[in-house]
Amino acid sequence: MLSRTAENLYWLARYVERAEYLARTIDATLRVTALPAAYIGKTNEWDSALLTAGVAASFYQTYEEANEHNVVDYLSFSVDNPSSIRNCIEAARLNSRSVRTALTSEMWDTINSAWIELQAVWSKGTSTREDLAKFLRFVQETSLRFDGSAYRTMLRNDAYWFSRLGLHLERADNTARILDVKYHVLLPEEEHVGGPLDFYQWSSILRSVSALTAYHWVYRETLKPWLVADLLILNSTLPRSLASCYDNLVRNLDQIGVAYGRQGPAQRHARGIRNRLEHSNMNDIFQHGVHEFIQEFITDNSRLGEIITKQYLI
Amino acid sequence: MAVAFDEMNIPGGDLRPAYQELARWLKETPPEALEYRRQEAELLFRRIGITFAVYGDSESTERLIPFDVIPRIMSGKEWGVLEKGLKQRVKALNMFLRDVYHGRDILRAGIVPEDLIFQNPVFRPEMNGQQVPHDVYVHIAGIDIVRVDSNDFIVLEDNARTPSGVSYMLENREIMMRLFPDLFARHRVAPVERYPDELLSALRSVAPLSASGEPTVALLTPGVYNSAYYEHSFLADKLGIELVEGRDLIVKNNEVFMRTTEGLKRVDVIYRRVDDDFLDPLTFRPDSALGVPGLMSAYAAGNITLANAVGTGIADDKAIYSYMPDIVKFYLGEEPILKNVQTWRCREPKDLGYVLDHLSELVVKEVHGSGGYGMLIGPAATKATIEAFREKLKREPEGFIAQPTLALSTCPTCTASGLAPRHVDLRPFVLTGSKSTTIVPGGLTRVALKEGSLVVNSSQGGGTKDTWILDE
Repeated sequence: MLSRTAENLYWLARYVERAEYLARTIDATLRVTALPAAYIGKTNEWDSALLTAGVAASFYQTYEEANEHNVVDYLSFSVDNPSSIRNCIEAARLNSRSVRTALTSEMWDTINSAWIELQAVWSKGTSTREDLAKFLRFVQETSLRFDGSAYRTMLRNDAYWFSRLGLHLERADNTARILDVKYHVLLPEEEHVGGPLDFYQWSSILRSVSALTAYHWVYRETLKPWLVADLLILNSTLPRSLASCYDNLVRNLDQIGVAYGRQGPAQRHARGIRNRLEHSNMNDIFQHGVHEFIQEFITDNSRLGEIITKQYLI
Repeated sequence: MAVAFDEMNIPGGDLRPAYQELARWLKETPPEALEYRRQEAELLFRRIGITFAVYGDSESTERLIPFDVIPRIMSGKEWGVLEKGLKQRVKALNMFLRDVYHGRDILRAGIVPEDLIFQNPVFRPEMNGQQVPHDVYVHIAGIDIVRVDSNDFIVLEDNARTPSGVSYMLENREIMMRLFPDLFARHRVAPVERYPDELLSALRSVAPLSASGEPTVALLTPGVYNSAYYEHSFLADKLGIELVEGRDLIVKNNEVFMRTTEGLKRVDVIYRRVDDDFLDPLTFRPDSALGVPGLMSAYAAGNITLANAVGTGIADDKAIYSYMPDIVKFYLGEEPILKNVQTWRCREPKDLGYVLDHLSELVVKEVHGSGGYGMLIGPAATKATIEAFREKLKREPEGFIAQPTLALSTCPTCTASGLAPRHVDLRPFVLTGSKSTTIVPGGLTRVALKEGSLVVNSSQGGGTKDTWILDE
């Protein structure tokens, strides 16, 4: 297929995944901040939402302080924030238009309808909590529909695999970031973890990656930070875990390799990361430092993005 | 201006046979039901994303072309005449182009003046002596047809460069079949859906000799911001070929390749929807970012077929148009089946004199204009506009032609105050491959939605209709 088409499919999937992740982050933050201060401590949850979205630096160029109003607007509707939900949907639509021939009509319809709704209903942002909740649900449903249509309607060929690469790469990045922010910024290692205060923090992380119920199924335990980390990093049965993302990335890259009759640095690099995840356990990770582990992962993950781009997309 | 030919009603109260069933159906269908379907159609168009961009309009960059749900109907017999005439005309266009870029018999015979060719900016000297496979220059032609009475079809314009609109012909039919299955059940409408297949086989049939057994065809688009981008992606999809932009292609050793995830892949035929000027920055406009550097040398080497060929503009130029009846006679030795609109060539002093004296009755068009821009419609223009135009015309008479204001035929159309006649034209699409010329029965009917308006262009408030050819 055309390199440009593969590139567009890859980014299209990334934008949709990112939009959903932002919506979940806002949703989870709203829940935590709705609690009495005694339950969540002194941290500014909106500041940490910006950090997990990776846009804190650009945000503080315009704003002095992070609060619900300006963070929700910045993450959802801002035209200036290149990765706001609005811009993600705009970019996804533009990408879809350039690769219409590679999309199924269901996928196109999902993105195009979302774009139409964004303009028709949400062009002025939201004024009430209820509106905001509706908006966030709309974004999450768009992503579910898009993902579902891709899964159910696309031919299993390189077009599908490149779009999956974008999805899993973005997802791995998002999961890693949210873990890092909560661990590093909110809970310095020397501080006692596991108290009642943290319960809400951890449940909010799990909620933002839609894994709260999964946690209970897997561990049948109260929320414990190391188990949360175990679930999100190493448990390959959880679709948003780093391990699961890398199982998928390796598989999709292998499928491309088989179809094209050759492998390259992208396949090797992805396998390397997966092997490291497979041979890690939480004890080692804690000894090594969760923050360091995740930072390395984030670097490796974005390196894979560069290698894929070089090998296939230009 | 004469009374317009009404395609549905015969003066005196009777209906033309092709419309009888439609009229019965309309009587049984309450107006609200029609309005409901109209809204449904609009929703479908928007969801499918069948939009076009209007240049110079920053407010809404994507617009829908209004779709009128009342079909325009023609009998199979009428179509038969039109089809024959179209094939004849396109055959002559191709022979004319072959001649202009090779032996130039027609110039030596004094039928078309030389300066009209050689001083014409759309004449491409690069094409002199250039062989094109099977001597086909115009693979896809869109011939604009109007009717003024029940007998004749008149060609308003030949489009031999990159005619657009065929996606509307196909989508209009899809949507009509979805919305009005009962109406279809009551007619025998000739299908149009084989157009993409026929286009693909026409394109494959003209692949260069150096192509492999299964030639690779690609559609070259200027990109998502082009007004016809939807059509480009639609056609690429229906043909099952890659939709490429200039940056996806690269020329190496006079061969054209596309950049794919598996490396470079050779392309043999390009259905290009990019104008000549922008095809190759090394040959034409150096500032073009839409083209492919070196494409023209690959073309000269015979390693790539461009459809349509480069330089076809010389055949559909409005100044050449007036010579078309003679061109048909010259190459085919036949009387033209389709008529021309009477045309005054402002470059000829006698004609110019007449035109200047009759500006308020005539339509004056720029020879190189298109899309309905830059023309004067005398009967609808104010005195001041006419005077301003007169000055323009005197300054550069060779840039203009003039025609009588035609009373375009009318079809019943949904309007705010119920069904009413509106003026229509028709653009059938003529495909020419190595062996045959084919036309799917139908085409794009454009309708001027404003009462009394004769301008059907989508950029100026025109709409479209589904066109039915009855299979009798």
